[in-house]
Amino acid sequence: MIFGSDKGRLLKGDGNVRASAVAGALALSAFSAALSLPNVVQAGDWDFSGSVAGELRVFPNAPAFDEQDDTRFSPSIAVEPEVVYEWSGGDDRITFVPFARLDAHDDNRSHVDLRELNWLHVADDWDSVIGVDKVFWGVTESRHLVDIINQDDAVEDVDGEDKLGQPMLNLNLFRDWGTLSGFVLPGFRERPFRSNDARLRGGLPVDDDNATYESNAEEYHVDFAVRWAHTFDDLDVGIAHFHGTSREPRLLPRVNDDGRVVLVPRYDQIDQTSLDAQLTKDAWLWKLEAISRSGQGDRFFATVAGFEYTIFGLLDSNADLGLLAEYLYDGRDEDDAPAVLTDDDFFLGARATLNDEQDTTFLIGGIVDRDTQSTSFSVEAERRIGQHWKAELEGRFFVNVDDEDLILNGIRDDDVITLRLTRFF
Amino acid sequence: MNSFQSQHSPRRSGVTAIMLAALSVTAAFGAGSALAETPEEKGLAIAVEADKRDLGWVDSESELKMILTNRNGETSTRELRIKSLEVEDPTVGDKSLTIFDRPRDIEGTAFLSHTKITEPDDQWLYLPALKRVKRISSANKSGPFVGSEFAYEDLISQEVAKYTYKWLRDEACGDLQCFVVERFPVYENSGYTKQVVWIDQQEYRPMKTDFYDRKDSLLKTLVNTDYNQYLDQYWRAHTLQMDNHQTGKSTTLTFDGYKFRIGSSEGDFTSNRLKRAR
Repeated sequence: MIFGSDKGRLLKGDGNVRASAVAGALALSAFSAALSLPNVVQAGDWDFSGSVAGELRVFPNAPAFDEQDDTRFSPSIAVEPEVVYEWSGGDDRITFVPFARLDAHDDNRSHVDLRELNWLHVADDWDSVIGVDKVFWGVTESRHLVDIINQDDAVEDVDGEDKLGQPMLNLNLFRDWGTLSGFVLPGFRERPFRSNDARLRGGLPVDDDNATYESNAEEYHVDFAVRWAHTFDDLDVGIAHFHGTSREPRLLPRVNDDGRVVLVPRYDQIDQTSLDAQLTKDAWLWKLEAISRSGQGDRFFATVAGFEYTIFGLLDSNADLGLLAEYLYDGRDEDDAPAVLTDDDFFLGARATLNDEQDTTFLIGGIVDRDTQSTSFSVEAERRIGQHWKAELEGRFFVNVDDEDLILNGIRDDDVITLRLTRFF
Repeated sequence: MNSFQSQHSPRRSGVTAIMLAALSVTAAFGAGSALAETPEEKGLAIAVEADKRDLGWVDSESELKMILTNRNGETSTRELRIKSLEVEDPTVGDKSLTIFDRPRDIEGTAFLSHTKITEPDDQWLYLPALKRVKRISSANKSGPFVGSEFAYEDLISQEVAKYTYKWLRDEACGDLQCFVVERFPVYENSGYTKQVVWIDQQEYRPMKTDFYDRKDSLLKTLVNTDYNQYLDQYWRAHTLQMDNHQTGKSTTLTFDGYKFRIGSSEGDFTSNRLKRAR
């Protein structure tokens, strides 16, 4: 939620369209296979819902780099409908969730994506998903370290919470000893980056038309993942392994045909083993995420660990106040692995939930580098209006940025305040 | 929030046996005379009987509409569905799954609760926008449920062992005759010092409950009406009216489409299945 993905900020579309097409074909063939089953003659249920969001981003400062337009007020609109068709008493379900954003200034942020198009089949002790879907793993708030199935939709926000749909075959077995999930991931989604003239693009433009891959199969490399998850009383644990194309690209400087220095994304083959765990004790949530990754220079270790403590009924009111603290470590060598914001950082945050009829929530959080004291922090507020609307206000600020900080230095003057009004239908 | 008003599960049969044993000892000393029964014993016996009459419903499903009214008379609406599973193991509690349909911004949000007898409940929340299942703290017993006048503790299963009891008097309640029983929460983090419950003598159904806050002043009144009987045994109120006397706010909860013994299994109530709930 608050800042997770630090890295990407330019954009790209081609490979995404191709991967979507593969996934679409996959889901459609699954759909027709499902429909041709003899027991599926009875009519199912349709459900339509979704949202339309108008957004205004305000940049208080002039941009840091010449190529960037001095955009101060940047409106955009996003639409995300959801169509669900269910049959066999809900044991079979087709979900279709397209997404589109039209941005007044950032051409790369104007984009469409297939968030979901999949067939879910639920049986007694297993279920399966065929098609494009979104999968979340993890427990911490400041960084989603173990969450690896989906690519970041990095043009949407800098918090790492918006994801591109991922084509997959997923089988989940529910057993006494836990849930075992297997994933076959055909088709890789390249990370989108912001336009050269856009705010939040970073110090150098990214040439995302010329991304390179370690695998000769490029974006058609088939990736695999397996995960076991179980609850032991107060403890929820997940252990996973991923083998395939790194969702994080390295950004390699190149001189392009115009004689300009640009960054070219490079997607390595990696193996990543991860652990996530949460211990829930009264009002305390103790959280741990850790990974060990090979394939980008020396094998490295990274972790996020911390707690969330909630004061319920603050000052005799209905409001709750959650206090969050996490430590982030990442041991990667940035000569061989993608740059990361949080190598040795502390995160502190607070969440106030008023528990009123409008579900009013306030959030504040900051990540501070232990070495340089470079800081990024965010303030968020949201509230429902009537039955169908929601208003959100977010501010993201970069302060005390060290010149050596590869990521923050590129967006140091791109503090942004976002006002979003969403209509749900 | 295990089946909002269905208070019962077979797990209590163990507890019940102990309590009945205690009662029979009392009965022996009292030479079979009810006169020797203390108000505490009588209160407990009423709770045990009410509990016994609601054993064996297995599982249920219902649709709920919640209308929240503020002091100015403005209303907002929630729609949700609840599935409940009676658990046979006497050491653990009932399980429930709540899925939100309205308002639309929280559509698809799902809440899973494994009720415990003395330990804190296990609770998970599914947030559909992120596809994230989050284990949450269950220490928040007295907080409002989705902004309503119902607290979590008003909605979760009302285990016999979660209170101590004291019978106060018998009196008329509408057309019926009621036991009036005080009960005192023994679980941690309750927002109440006590509750006073009117239970009808014919069917042992809760008709009205007064809730007293931590300062022991009257906070809320709950009235249960529109009772229907299912499977020739199980009574369910279809309207729950909760009035907050201190804020002037109120919440009306109406139940529709009750179904019993629909074939739910333990597997439908696990955190790893929560993201499939609809």
